Amino acid sequence: MPALINRLQAVGRGIALGGFAVAGSAVSALLILAILSNISWIGSFTFPALCLVCVSARTLARRRRALAMRWNNRDIPSPYFQKPQLQRVPHGWYWTGHDYHKYKWVAWWSLNVTWVGRDPGTWRDVLWLVCEPVVGVILCLLPAGLIGYGLLGLSMPWTWRPLTDAGMGWYGPVQLGSAGAAWVAVPIGLLIVLAGFVLAPYLLELHTRWSALLLRPTKLTWLGRRLQRLTESLEEATTAQAAELRRIERNLHDGAQARLVAMGLKLGAVEALIDRDPEAAKALVTQIQDASAQALAELRSLVRGIHPPVLAERGLGDAVRALALDTPLPVEVSVDVPGRAEPPIEACAYFAVAESLTNVAKHAGAAHAWVTLRHADGVLRIVVRDDGRGGADPTRGSGLAGVRRRLGTFEGTLSVSSPPGGPTVLRMELPCALSSPRTSTSSGTG
Amino acid sequence: MRVVLAEDLYLLRDGMTHLLAAHGFEVVAAVETGPDLVSALAEYEPDVAVVDVRLPPTFTDEGLQAALVARQQKPGLPILVLSQHVEQLYARELLADGSGGVGYLLKDRVLNASQFMDALHRVMAGGTVMDPEVISKLLTGNAADEPLAALTPRERDVLSLMAEGRSNAAISQRLHVSEGAVGKHTASIFGKLGLAPSDDDNRRVLAVLAYLGGTRE
Repeated sequence: MPALINRLQAVGRGIALGGFAVAGSAVSALLILAILSNISWIGSFTFPALCLVCVSARTLARRRRALAMRWNNRDIPSPYFQKPQLQRVPHGWYWTGHDYHKYKWVAWWSLNVTWVGRDPGTWRDVLWLVCEPVVGVILCLLPAGLIGYGLLGLSMPWTWRPLTDAGMGWYGPVQLGSAGAAWVAVPIGLLIVLAGFVLAPYLLELHTRWSALLLRPTKLTWLGRRLQRLTESLEEATTAQAAELRRIERNLHDGAQARLVAMGLKLGAVEALIDRDPEAAKALVTQIQDASAQALAELRSLVRGIHPPVLAERGLGDAVRALALDTPLPVEVSVDVPGRAEPPIEACAYFAVAESLTNVAKHAGAAHAWVTLRHADGVLRIVVRDDGRGGADPTRGSGLAGVRRRLGTFEGTLSVSSPPGGPTVLRMELPCALSSPRTSTSSGTG
Repeated sequence: MRVVLAEDLYLLRDGMTHLLAAHGFEVVAAVETGPDLVSALAEYEPDVAVVDVRLPPTFTDEGLQAALVARQQKPGLPILVLSQHVEQLYARELLADGSGGVGYLLKDRVLNASQFMDALHRVMAGGTVMDPEVISKLLTGNAADEPLAALTPRERDVLSLMAEGRSNAAISQRLHVSEGAVGKHTASIFGKLGLAPSDDDNRRVLAVLAYLGGTRE
């Protein structure tokens, strides 16, 4: 019984998809109008007609993709380029990414026309829609047609007389004209109805496949997107690096450098005082010692932020262990990384874990945390788990977004699972190669 | 008192050689690299070694590794490890053998000559000297750790000073209490950490180890 309902559903869906064929005919007519008007005197129709063609093709294609997911559980990813943002430049005009406009609506229009028109995805949508009156009719409406024709056969014993009067001479292989012949048409009609029901789901699936062929992103689109992502992450990395350098410069300038100047001045004072007032000179020397200790402490924390010494000395595994020891809750670390990654990758992974553990300590309210590092198949996988209250959201707050950005620079990814009530699990993946394991330096031979 | 010194920066090596000489030490070898340190330790059998963690040729933790190997071959060989940064991880590794005679200090501490000499003498005497920075990290880090949770705040103060390598007399001075009171605190600490009565020095090392959450029976 459920099988029958499924087949009935498939027939209905086929009829619904027939709507695309109808729309396809209309759009094809519009397209022909656009082409004809371009080569004749009414050239002004071309552009508006093309706009309408593109918009309807994209709208209908989007609808077809959604139906493929709903009816056939087939994911057809959207092939379009990301829509660029309209930017207002300081002198008040609008920049669309390729030209300037004075008025916002003109800029908006230009942006959309370029975005839609230059996308090969749009034209593949149009191609699909134009083919639909042929392909769609065959694949989607065939079952309904078969069933209708079959039902006609079943009704033949009662309807053959008016039908032959209307000029219908044959039903399939049967020549109409007598009651006996009409009864022969019944089993044939039954077979045709059955064939319609049997074929319906397969034809629906076939139509979805055909649509996927044209409506999914091409290899070129994938590459284009990858390029776009890389460009973005490169930009972000450059900005982040510049900010980092500025931070270091400011730290040195306001911290260690200023303290050294102060120490120099105080040493000058000591030189002047040392004979006249040895006690005051001694007090100054103590101050200078304090200042030097403070300068060293500042430099140390600065160095830790640039490149943690333990990372340079021991590699990622031990650096993360050291990090775990410095975290104010018990953290279990398990490491399976046979070798060492490139230093920038190691630093990236280290700071990602550091940021995650800081988050755990600050926000999770956890009693325990676990960190695992594993390298396999050219990917470093890091999992940071805690038994805290959950509810971490990477779109809010800068902590997790920062981790994602950090990883993004090296084409790494972060996925967050943090239901309210916990537990929170962060999964990070960083594609990287490992060099051979570091040989021990403790033997004294190397 | 014979010292082997390992430090790759010429200015610091030279300065420390003078400092040690001024305080009555004899610097029998002042080396630059990890391999040189290993052979110097074997050759001179010094009373104490002062070792920088990061040394050529790899500029990783060569000094620390050399110190660990030397102490494996000659347990209890007094070694004072210096570094630009301190890590609990390294502190645990140094203390893991439980034999004492180990120090781990920031290089900054060398600037205060009397403090540095004091630490060196305590390491030579088989004590354990940990940098206050290691200890403050421990206090914030492992506050929830089991046996330590049973200690009173005053006992924790005493234990952290013990970890810095101070004697009961020095602790009593620091905390402005009588030496007898410190003795009572230490006895209570040993009891709570389950350390059987034995040689007092050894128990102090073990208490510090427990403090660091390292290996303890």
